[in-house]
Amino acid sequence: MSVLLQMVGVSAALGATRALVDLSLSVQPGELIALLGPNGAGKTTLLRAALGFIAPQAGTVLLGDADPRALSSRTRARRAAYMPQQPSAAWPIPVESLVALGRFAHGGVPERLSVEDRRAVDAAIAVCDLERLRSRRMDELSGGERMRAHLARTLAQRAPLLLLDEPTAGLDPAQALGVAEILRVHAAKNGAVLFSTHDIALAANGADRVLLIQGGACIAEGAPATALNPEALERAYGRPGRLEDIKGGLVATFR
Amino acid sequence: MNASTRLSLGLGLSGAIALIAAVWLGQTPIAFPIPNDVSTQAIVWEIRLPRALTAWCVGAALGLAGAALQGLLRNPLADSGVLGLSGFAALGAVLAFAFGVAALAPLGALMFALVAALIVTALGWSSRGSATLALIGVGLSSFAGGLIALVLNLAPNPGALADLVNWTLGSVEARSLEDAALVGGFLVVGAVLIAFAAPGLRALTLGEEAAVAIGADLSRTRLLVVLGAAACTGGATAVAGVIGFVGIAAPHLVRALAGHDPARLLLPSALAGGVLLVCADIAVRLLPTDSELKLGVAAALIGGPVFALIAAKLAERGGES
Repeated sequence: MSVLLQMVGVSAALGATRALVDLSLSVQPGELIALLGPNGAGKTTLLRAALGFIAPQAGTVLLGDADPRALSSRTRARRAAYMPQQPSAAWPIPVESLVALGRFAHGGVPERLSVEDRRAVDAAIAVCDLERLRSRRMDELSGGERMRAHLARTLAQRAPLLLLDEPTAGLDPAQALGVAEILRVHAAKNGAVLFSTHDIALAANGADRVLLIQGGACIAEGAPATALNPEALERAYGRPGRLEDIKGGLVATFR
Repeated sequence: MNASTRLSLGLGLSGAIALIAAVWLGQTPIAFPIPNDVSTQAIVWEIRLPRALTAWCVGAALGLAGAALQGLLRNPLADSGVLGLSGFAALGAVLAFAFGVAALAPLGALMFALVAALIVTALGWSSRGSATLALIGVGLSSFAGGLIALVLNLAPNPGALADLVNWTLGSVEARSLEDAALVGGFLVVGAVLIAFAAPGLRALTLGEEAAVAIGADLSRTRLLVVLGAAACTGGATAVAGVIGFVGIAAPHLVRALAGHDPARLLLPSALAGGVLLVCADIAVRLLPTDSELKLGVAAALIGGPVFALIAAKLAERGGES
């Protein structure tokens, strides 16, 4: 099966700051990968580099078979969908219209959705449990509902790869688990998800693989239970921490 | 028929009614049907109809430019006047008038509006807080105002001074069918450019990077809106002088009815702008003042408070939705 995203030895800078240092990552269909690291570690930069929003100083990025910066925005949108940190809507449009924006690259506009567009929008709305909120305005939703609406927009894009920047930020534990389940379903349908998060327990329990970065460089990568060892956690976060296996799952504690 | 089509039809119809009313109403009452004598015919076809058509086209151009700029900058306080496009367009036209090449006034207005649009979108793109953007516009407007004063000071023909000052206040008094056709032409060009930008404006609801990520070509969208808004503002200002706030009031009035969608807002905003300005012009003609109130002044008197109201509402919500 083809690789959805391949980053090899990528280094990038934001102004004078080194944001990514010799970072490599490959994402295969079916994978659910969590991107962990302290604030300012370069998680957002990595996602933006994967989309071609920033040019690497060294290394290569391949989205499918091509450099994302060489793709037209429509072609790129069919390969990867992106949800930025704290996604927002500048205008209080209805939830359904927001989700329909995901069909942009397929030519879908809210007034004239094709059968396929409509199917994708309806499916995304159903998966994200937004059925009864369809015609509500975005500014009338709670934080969790708003996040689900943006997630539905990302899903409606029907791109195999989802790049999500902190999709569970600000959500209560139940809502966060709900989002993780939606992502799992997407991965199970031969898609792949790369999402950044500060919720180490959620990543450890939900993801197939974690990538722990600090200062733009990879600290550890692999299955959560082994990658998130005390040494790696302390190197990344600067405080002693460990992953504990309690009945029913992993929890992260720091001292 | 969906809600926004109904809205546009309603507004188009209102525009037609307002135009008919503008022909009928005035200092000289006109009987129905229009009598066939020379003076009545002249009043209708050479004075009132050209004036009303000019007002409609100017209002539509400003309403459309306002809606497009608001979509591009994701800011309901943006319009040609606030952002300084009108001020710059006026400067371009004043330069042409003052130096005796009145024929170049439309071109001057267009080019200077384009410069202002480029400056304001370049600066407003990276810092898109409502307040910052309005301040950039205030800066540009004051700068244009200063330069207009300078041009007036240095104008080789002081006799034209009073005319020019009058003109910067904004009016459609004594405009001909040629004037209406001129602004109408600019409006059509601007409307075509902006229509192509509509999908990009809709995508921009998500913010810049997310819009690109769903497949929008933002540099194209931005270029189309800058050119379209400059054409609309340049044409309107070259013919009618500076008329503020139509570009804010028109989108504001129809936004909720258009479902807050920046693409679906464009046509209703243009139609609403036309209706607004024709009605405002009827009002200034009918007001029993010694010398006629300038349309631009009337628009500012109504539009200023509307602007303040929207700003206050935005501040209340913290500018986020």
